[in-house]
Amino acid sequence: MSETAAPLSVSEDDPSRSSTAARVLQRIPWGYVLRRVLAAIPTMLAIITVAFFMMRAAPGNPYSVDRKLTPEVEANIRASLGLDKPLHEQYLEYLGNVVTGDLGPSMKIKDKTVSELIGEGLPVSLTIGAFAIGLAIFFGTGLGISAAIRQNSPTDYTAMSLAMIGISIPTFVTGPMLSLIFGVWLGWFAAGGLDLGRMNFNNLFLPVVTLALPQIAIISRLMRASMIEVLRSNYIRTARAKGLSESRILLRHAAPAAILPVISYLGPATVGVITGSVVVEKVFGLPGVGQSFIDGAMNRDYPRVMGTVILYGGLIIVFNLIADILYAIFDPKVRYE
Amino acid sequence: MTTLVSAPAEKEALLNAAAVKGRSLWDDSRRRLLSNKAAMAGFIVLAILILLAVVGPFVWPHSYKTQYREALAIGPTFKDLHLLGTDIYGRDMVARILAGLRISLAVGAIATLVSLVIGVAWGAVAGFAGGRVDQLMMRFVDALYAMPFIFFVILVTVVFGRSIFLIFLAIGAVEWMTMARIVRGQTLALKQKEFVEAARAAGVGPIGIIVRHILPNLLGPVAVYVSLTIPVVILQESFLSFIGLGVQEPLTSLGRLISDGQRELGNPWMLIGPAVTMVITLFSLNFIGDGLRDALDPKDR
Repeated sequence: MSETAAPLSVSEDDPSRSSTAARVLQRIPWGYVLRRVLAAIPTMLAIITVAFFMMRAAPGNPYSVDRKLTPEVEANIRASLGLDKPLHEQYLEYLGNVVTGDLGPSMKIKDKTVSELIGEGLPVSLTIGAFAIGLAIFFGTGLGISAAIRQNSPTDYTAMSLAMIGISIPTFVTGPMLSLIFGVWLGWFAAGGLDLGRMNFNNLFLPVVTLALPQIAIISRLMRASMIEVLRSNYIRTARAKGLSESRILLRHAAPAAILPVISYLGPATVGVITGSVVVEKVFGLPGVGQSFIDGAMNRDYPRVMGTVILYGGLIIVFNLIADILYAIFDPKVRYE
Repeated sequence: MTTLVSAPAEKEALLNAAAVKGRSLWDDSRRRLLSNKAAMAGFIVLAILILLAVVGPFVWPHSYKTQYREALAIGPTFKDLHLLGTDIYGRDMVARILAGLRISLAVGAIATLVSLVIGVAWGAVAGFAGGRVDQLMMRFVDALYAMPFIFFVILVTVVFGRSIFLIFLAIGAVEWMTMARIVRGQTLALKQKEFVEAARAAGVGPIGIIVRHILPNLLGPVAVYVSLTIPVVILQESFLSFIGLGVQEPLTSLGRLISDGQRELGNPWMLIGPAVTMVITLFSLNFIGDGLRDALDPKDR
């Protein structure tokens, strides 16, 4: 195939075609983007607020230690942590700190801040997350398209049965099972727990696949349904009548329109991948944010749990935002004015 | 009925009317459901699973708590009837799986019930009130929707300790929002109908209209969504248990068993038994949910 799909082209023989980048910029509905960003702020604020007050509602002082302290020492600790101030001042201070990326000190790991702990795990988590989303989009759309163009054929039924299985089986089942089969029994990849922190293909293959499988399944179902719909539309018939090759019709005319539901799924996909990464990091012993989150939760390290919840919430909001903006760019029908 | 019908002729007419009675929408739905093989298989499997979970622990010779020191981590065997082996503490795996299944199904039922009550009440009130109240209530749902809720459930368990009832409640309280949206949409449509107007004309108050006239008509979509919520809720509890925050020893759930099993990959029966049980449970529930949706919501097919 000589030509690659330029996802944004609607009519390919448009003489006044400017560069793709310029056209993308033109398409961005800035007013809508601004409104969406502004609307995301209260949600983010709500997440931080709920997390903050939930922590303060914890029975006992969240910073209390097992050992008995003299009143003076305790007062000093409280003062150093700002706990002697009125609640609303503490809240505003925390809010200000979060905005600047300071999530406070960890309660259980000496001399480390929550931001440092999260920062240590982030490269691992982002790597497996990004690879998983990439795999999911690539294989999901590919499977969806192949199923759609052979609708009701054995290929279609096989692909969709596999997708049904992929959706039904949760990550915490596929992860250990893949680890058992391909790690322990066949020995093809690291079953986990080896080479901690050294990221290479052998280590990352099973975690990424585990993370990607349910997303591949969901995306392929979305893609199949919307592709079937698009292939029935008039402009595809026109393209066929023009005598365009089938691959050109599929990739340049049908796929860009059919991918819209996949784009709006990117937000929920982020939630799925974040939740999945917590499981996958535990199963395969990867030192990522999810693993640190579990450690924090097991050891009642409140600031760490809170900080990670805020990070996850922020990521989910940002990716929902990106998905909505991409949708607005890709779909010429949508006008948000 | 017969006491009201005086003349034999009228009786005859009534009987004939019954004979040619058309199929109601519910009859149609039941027919569609009964002819759906996957859904019926799902129902049968689920019935077996429920039976196993409820009766199994009483019938099975081993308790989920008993540790057999002489049979630590042995594989599946007929000796002493450890059909699926024992775990590292020498506890019988079949008994553990039955106990775990029981907790998982209980979570599915109770948390779904919690989400059902909150969601239906919220959605029906918002939809029926309409206007500013509706706007306010649904904006609230929209705002909550974007939150990473499972992580808040984790935060709750970290802050308030791990009690199984708290988990039931927290998961249920998280899952009600989609239900509220569905119910609200249906209510908005229903309250325009003539029978609601008739009820209002007859002097029925708003609560009476909601309870007696709106809610019964919501049954279809609500039943569909309930059946789709149960597996989600079971998954969430299993997720919590898997990362170590769900039910605590010696109690167990399927997620917890899978978590224990994945640490002992050298003794794979500890993983495979619970994993297979989990998958069967989820499949049967998903097939039932899909079947109910096809049967009750024919326009969605």
